[in-house]
Amino acid sequence: MTMTASMTGSAPVSQANEPRGPRPKPFFTPKKIMIYSTLIFFSLYFLFPLYVMVATSFKTMPEIRFGSIFALPNQINFDSWVRAWSTACTGLTCNGLAPGFWNSVKITVPSTIVSIFIAAINGYALVNWRFKGSELFFAVLIFGSFIPYQVMLYPLVMITRELGIFGKLEAVILIHTIFGMPILTLLFRNYFASLPQELFKAARVDGAGFWRIFFEIMLPMSLPIFVVALILQITGIWNDFLFGAVFAGTHNQPMTVQLNNIVNSAQGTPEYNVNMAATVLTGLVPLIVYFVSGKLFVRGVAAGAVKG
Amino acid sequence: MADIAVRTGEGAQTVSRPNFLKKTFLKNLPAKIAALPMIATVLVVFIGCTIWTIYYSFTNSKLLPTGKFVGFEQYERLFTANRWNVSVSNLITYGIMSLVLTLALGFLLAVLMDQKIRFESAFRTIMLYPFALSFIVTGLVWQWIMNPTLGIQGAIRSLGWESFTFDWISNPRMVLFALLIAGLWQGVGFCMVLMLAGLRGVDEEIWKAARVDGIPTWRTYLFIVLPMMRGVLITAVVLIGSGIVRLYDLVVALTNGGPGISSEVPAKYVVNYMFSGGNIGQALAAATMMLITVLIIVLPWAYLEFGGKGKRA
Repeated sequence: MTMTASMTGSAPVSQANEPRGPRPKPFFTPKKIMIYSTLIFFSLYFLFPLYVMVATSFKTMPEIRFGSIFALPNQINFDSWVRAWSTACTGLTCNGLAPGFWNSVKITVPSTIVSIFIAAINGYALVNWRFKGSELFFAVLIFGSFIPYQVMLYPLVMITRELGIFGKLEAVILIHTIFGMPILTLLFRNYFASLPQELFKAARVDGAGFWRIFFEIMLPMSLPIFVVALILQITGIWNDFLFGAVFAGTHNQPMTVQLNNIVNSAQGTPEYNVNMAATVLTGLVPLIVYFVSGKLFVRGVAAGAVKG
Repeated sequence: MADIAVRTGEGAQTVSRPNFLKKTFLKNLPAKIAALPMIATVLVVFIGCTIWTIYYSFTNSKLLPTGKFVGFEQYERLFTANRWNVSVSNLITYGIMSLVLTLALGFLLAVLMDQKIRFESAFRTIMLYPFALSFIVTGLVWQWIMNPTLGIQGAIRSLGWESFTFDWISNPRMVLFALLIAGLWQGVGFCMVLMLAGLRGVDEEIWKAARVDGIPTWRTYLFIVLPMMRGVLITAVVLIGSGIVRLYDLVVALTNGGPGISSEVPAKYVVNYMFSGGNIGQALAAATMMLITVLIIVLPWAYLEFGGKGKRA
């Protein structure tokens, strides 16, 4: 402590030889070097797969076979991307990832909208319209989010079969709505609870009912939390594998399932460049959401987690 | 039922049964209708389906869940099945390593990020982006990186270091470490974000007091700040722990349980028996064991967190 204290304490005066901008603290103290080198080491670990993925996808197969995995591609070559998108074999058919991409869109968009809408109503009802047992239902809902999916998987297959939607998009949407409900309801409940209750009471006094208050007062005020929920659901549903594989049926397989088929059930010699191009393509949507949303993504994962 | 409630409920002074019914069902009716999806999810899925699974795990259902009651037979088979025992021991080994390392690295990185460093948001972006990716993507990338002939091992051998070995993915004794590298890659950033939020939540006064007392920074972190982050730590353990029990996609993509059965996990055992093994009773017994594992992790936490308020969950 005495060491660190003196280092940071007496710093501004001693480092007169090299003025580096407005902050007069020395940059290269042993402590700083330790901190930054550790952070950079871990950053390399985190970045390496992204580099390998992209670099490999641009290489030709001879380049991969005779070169090093660390090497940069000789030239930017989009052939593998085109093949991954349109002609790679996913088990029986060879139409590439494109059908999977559109299936994922068809699954993600309605699932996101339905699950967020229902969860918003849940949160609103739980905060402003408590009824007997509502808190108990909420507690079981949160508790239920910890039950492994495998426990409820088979009965859900039977239920969706009874409803006549097993193997169709509706089934996947229903399943995503069910399993997104705990975390999203928690998110909206906490958000609505943080709003000033006077607003709600004033609207009540003026005679507005359940739905009118929801649509005209609560929804317009909850835009920030909607964005957080949107980020959470788009990435979560896009990345899902199990539900897509079980419930979607062979015609609606999402991108993750097709990607796994391309790589892991391929016949003949594996084409690593096509595999990696397919992997990048599948990761692209959540990555774009992540980089565009920035701090909101952090808020989303933390909001869901911190008070679980 | 509603008719009676309305007719007799209006003028009744004493709390009669119809009045009670009216209060229970009609008060806040729109709210209850709106909450029907939630109520249905709780009753049908979380409670109903779970009980169904537990019940049918005691039957000899094969292709369809119509079997007759056979007591603990499925569980006896389960505990003597080699593949299940390997799955469980894999999960325990992987789980302990993953939990400890995720927490330790997450905390270490959070402490480093807390040192008023430059480029904090760039570092955070780099550490958290794997968390946004699918386990399938993570598994496939690492499968390629750890490819024995063309991955890291091949690249370093071609540089002249012929004896260099990094064949964890195809080595039954090391494959869990391969899984660990990929799992940590995806999860550490998230843990770091949680821990950093916890660190930032600690009162500045504590730091001032520790500085005045001349306690070294690292000791302040380990023995004063860390114990104060109990809430965040417990949340992290519960989230990481229940994630580990669910471990499925990553294994499917990275190793598909191989080589042999050396990286099998319970969740995969359940899915395989359920959909391709044609032995539903066995799958449900295994699923019930997964449920019990999660309960062991979650119930103590739920008790600590909500127990005081007299709630069940």
